[in-house]
Amino acid sequence: MKVPLKWLQEYVDITLPPTDLANRLTLAGNEVEGMQVIGGNWENIVVGQVIAINPHPNADRLSLATIDLGTDQQSVVCGAPNLRLGDKVAFAYVGAQLIDGHTGQVFRLKSAKIRGVASSGMVCSEKELGISDSHQGIMVLPTEAPVGIRLTEYLGDVILDLSITPNRPDCLSVIGIAREIAALTGQNLHLPEVNYQEAPFPIDQQISVEILAPDLCPRYCASLITGITVAESPRWMQQRLLACGLRPINNIVDITNYVMLEYSQPLHAFNYPKIRGKKIIVRRANDGEVVVTLDGAERVLSGDMLVIADEERAVAIAGVMGSANSEITPETTSVLLEAANFNQASIHYTGSTLRLPSDACMRFERGIRPELALPALRRASQLIMQLTGGEVAKGWIDVYPGRRDHEPILLSTAEVKRLLGVEFSLEQIVEALTSLGFDCKPGASEVWVTTPYWRSDIHLAVNLIEEVVRILGYDKIPTTMLSRPLPRQNHEPILKLKEEVRRNLTGYGFQELITYSLTSLERLHKLLPEPHPIEPMPLRVANPMTAEQEYLRPNLRANLLAALEANRRHEDDGIRFFDLGKVYLPRPGDLPDEREMVCGLLSRARIEKLWRGEQELLDFYDAKGVVEGLVSQLGVDASFEECRDESLLPSKQTAIVIANNRLGVVGELHPKVLEAFDLSETVYLFEIDLTDLLPFTVGHKMFQPIPRFPAIVRDIALVVNAKVAHQKIQGIITSFPLVAQASIFDVYAGGQVPPGKKSLAYRIAFQSPTHTLTDEEVNEVQQQILDKLSQELRAMLRT
Amino acid sequence: MKEVFETSSIIEQLEDLKLNALQELEGTNSVKELESWRVRYLGKKSHLTEVLRSLATLPLEERRAVGAFANEVKTYLEKSLDKKRQVLYEAQLISTAKEEYIDVTLPGRAFPVGRLHPITQTLYEICDIFVSMGFQVVEGPEVEWDYYNFEALNIPEEHPARDTMATLWVDFQTDSGDRPMLLRTHTTSVTARIIETMKPPIRVIEPGKVYRYEASDATHTPMFYQIDGLVVDEGITMADLKGTLYEFARRFFGEDRKVRFRCDYFPFVEPGAEMAIACLTCGGKGCRLCGNSGWIEILGAGMTHPQVLQRGGLDPEVYSSFAFGMGIDRLPMLRYGIDDTRLFYSNDLRFLRQF
Ligand SMILES: [Zn+2]
Repeated sequence: MKVPLKWLQEYVDITLPPTDLANRLTLAGNEVEGMQVIGGNWENIVVGQVIAINPHPNADRLSLATIDLGTDQQSVVCGAPNLRLGDKVAFAYVGAQLIDGHTGQVFRLKSAKIRGVASSGMVCSEKELGISDSHQGIMVLPTEAPVGIRLTEYLGDVILDLSITPNRPDCLSVIGIAREIAALTGQNLHLPEVNYQEAPFPIDQQISVEILAPDLCPRYCASLITGITVAESPRWMQQRLLACGLRPINNIVDITNYVMLEYSQPLHAFNYPKIRGKKIIVRRANDGEVVVTLDGAERVLSGDMLVIADEERAVAIAGVMGSANSEITPETTSVLLEAANFNQASIHYTGSTLRLPSDACMRFERGIRPELALPALRRASQLIMQLTGGEVAKGWIDVYPGRRDHEPILLSTAEVKRLLGVEFSLEQIVEALTSLGFDCKPGASEVWVTTPYWRSDIHLAVNLIEEVVRILGYDKIPTTMLSRPLPRQNHEPILKLKEEVRRNLTGYGFQELITYSLTSLERLHKLLPEPHPIEPMPLRVANPMTAEQEYLRPNLRANLLAALEANRRHEDDGIRFFDLGKVYLPRPGDLPDEREMVCGLLSRARIEKLWRGEQELLDFYDAKGVVEGLVSQLGVDASFEECRDESLLPSKQTAIVIANNRLGVVGELHPKVLEAFDLSETVYLFEIDLTDLLPFTVGHKMFQPIPRFPAIVRDIALVVNAKVAHQKIQGIITSFPLVAQASIFDVYAGGQVPPGKKSLAYRIAFQSPTHTLTDEEVNEVQQQILDKLSQELRAMLRT
Repeated sequence: MKEVFETSSIIEQLEDLKLNALQELEGTNSVKELESWRVRYLGKKSHLTEVLRSLATLPLEERRAVGAFANEVKTYLEKSLDKKRQVLYEAQLISTAKEEYIDVTLPGRAFPVGRLHPITQTLYEICDIFVSMGFQVVEGPEVEWDYYNFEALNIPEEHPARDTMATLWVDFQTDSGDRPMLLRTHTTSVTARIIETMKPPIRVIEPGKVYRYEASDATHTPMFYQIDGLVVDEGITMADLKGTLYEFARRFFGEDRKVRFRCDYFPFVEPGAEMAIACLTCGGKGCRLCGNSGWIEILGAGMTHPQVLQRGGLDPEVYSSFAFGMGIDRLPMLRYGIDDTRLFYSNDLRFLRQF
């Protein structure tokens, strides 16, 4: 909301400099987002009067004007077509800073000779002064402008640009802001005086109003003004409307807008003779009813929208926009002026459904009070009478089905203290509230407060407390630390798990990424080497911003692969990164199952080629090693089982299994998936469902005593079929009680081993918790192990 | 061989021996020389050993006198040997250190370095500050019901506050044709859930992702992070709110950063407030970054609206409560001078590696 300071000054004395005033308003809840200073650069520009015009001796289209400036007179060459004897103009002395009418550049005025005649100064256009873009002629000032006065003093202004919060529709008005300033600075408010002579003919013989939808229209006031002349509104009014961002149209429309800016009450003027049947009916629209609005567009309405109608047709969409069929035209001589109140939700619905946001709509949907209708109606009637030469019919229409009493609210000093933590005296409280127009009936330590008719946001004691503290100042609230006993802490274990996983992975050299939770079907399809429909369908956003962000991701890998693709445009080195976040799995009739997942990608160099040593490439066992390290650090034992993840190479993937639960996967991405993501390299992936992993990480471990007796270590090399898995051999070896540990230290296939076979070498540590083992004991167990390996896996001892 | 020595002459011999030995020891310059010296004077075939070995043949009184002296000489020589050995060892170390050279300016073997995303770093930093003030971290669903995101927070349908939080709706319709599922527009939805499920005293912070129907530009992304906070107990005041948030600002932005608290409106709090800090670029004089105001808005806050407490089953006459909420992405932007919020989610490693 833009408010010129000079307009405000009509209603309240402003004692603070503009920046201080802006600061006070901001602190009290009406934020001043910007200030536009008009005439801040108008040094050496004064109001002058044209007292003589003579032809230029050397140029037909130029004239010589003599300008009276009170203390002196100046003669200038002027080419403006609208230069007229006696007009008041803005005169710039040499040295003034102006804007070039053609180039828009700022320049400083110098004395000049134009076609041989000296010209000292200049009569300015609006563009040259920076007021508007108009450069057709010089700016003509009102006749009452005092000659010799500095133009800044006469026309300069500061326009405050306020951001009004949705709870304060009353502040979407000059009077509303003036009222705030009065309360904040201890000044009095002067409201415009509304007092006019009515014509003898009574309004109720000219028009009647019926409200058929009282739930959507709590009040409807109207007045009738006849004998008007539609013309341009006066210059001062046009300037104010422009300063507030409204385009002047004609005197009638301008007055309705002007009064709306004053009171925050929207008004609408109907071309009275066009109202058929001399009757206004406020009713719900018929489904499919069509209204041609003032902007010429056809609007199709629905049954939950409100229209203003006459006996035959709708003449306006209530509170949103008038209809062309009752528009004010230059020929209009009598107007029916409406000041009504409409249901805020209904107006919001209609305005947003029809995409017709307007200044009126904005005020109604924030819930202005119905009490504002009548004062605004009378103010506008008076202005129309004064400025258009019309007569106001006797009386006014006031249908008011939504009238209700506002109960006073009890506010105690104790409650103020309980909520704010600071003690204000009853006097301070009453004074603050009274300054805002609240009616206060104080008792001993409490006060009954009645809300003024313009405030729609006050319902409870807390609302009053805010009023008190914002007037007295938020800086009056002390700062204290929470002093109550600490609440019981039940930290969610998933938070700790997520942090541990993040910190471990970064420790392993993985960069954390955060990818969007939204993705596209197209991208998800890239994960499928063999195309098929995605089952189950991921959750869809009904109003996606872009097609790339239409679905809630059912996995992390799609967006992560896209991130790898993007980084490969500028990054050749080895990459390891991960994302830890939610996936969203649909559940019928309920919010989705949000699961915490971690997914990592690895590709290219394990270690960049250095000045010594060769470049090593990351492989499957790096990815698996990360998973093993991670789960081990989390205190969990994982095993690995066969797995069928279609996005991974069938032969190079394994499921991560904890206590018989499949919680994730490690593997190499399928070449077709890589191709779909435009990646020409081998990429390894791991993925763990942290929501499922969580229960296995929270249990307490039991201490294992450090072995007291030494271990005996033996190395054995076995020859087995090439497809026998290490995990099986290790499982058999460690199934013997005296085996403390069995680790593989060599895998070999080639010349010294028969074709189709491989050799695996294990280092086995034998240890007893009760005594030092003898060689004989170890020999015996080792033989048992070899026997079992031979029986179950046809493993031979390599000699 | 059996020789009988006069006690006094034996002691004299030993004294000579000691003097000679010490002189020679002085002259040794290498480990090798030192070893031959040891063999000569302390070895199995040394004169000293011989003397000690022959003690048995002496009469008891002499044996005592000679024995004591011979042992004294032996201990003395051993100690001297140790000292000399130490001196030689150190001299050798120094000369080795002088001779051996590696080019220490060559790069070390690279360990891959991973970092937390700057948003995660910021979130953890903020959580740490509040946890140290007794807050508990809680999370809630990102896909949420209209009720918790709006209705429970005094934002009914057609409320103008909804216009300021353009919503992404989930394609999910009830039998009556309503569309009540959405991507939460703020983490305040978790506040609504906590009020409903937790019993006072409550002191929680609620970090997480939020979503808006907004085109991406330098200051907007459809997904970003917020953190909300809630305190409910008997006797909680706006002074506590101010104290808690000032403490946060002091710790996050630094001891001297000026802080401003002003009236603002959010439907779920009353009185409502906004906290701003003096602009990090201009320090309060006004610049482009702060829109010439000198202040940077950091968070919205206020005393939880009594209707919000009531709706969640808490009696506002018994309990009072404050709540706050802030956007996270802005904080690293301010701290590191990042000018485009999209960088956080474009996942360019050249950006992420800087933090
Ligand atoms: Zn600044």
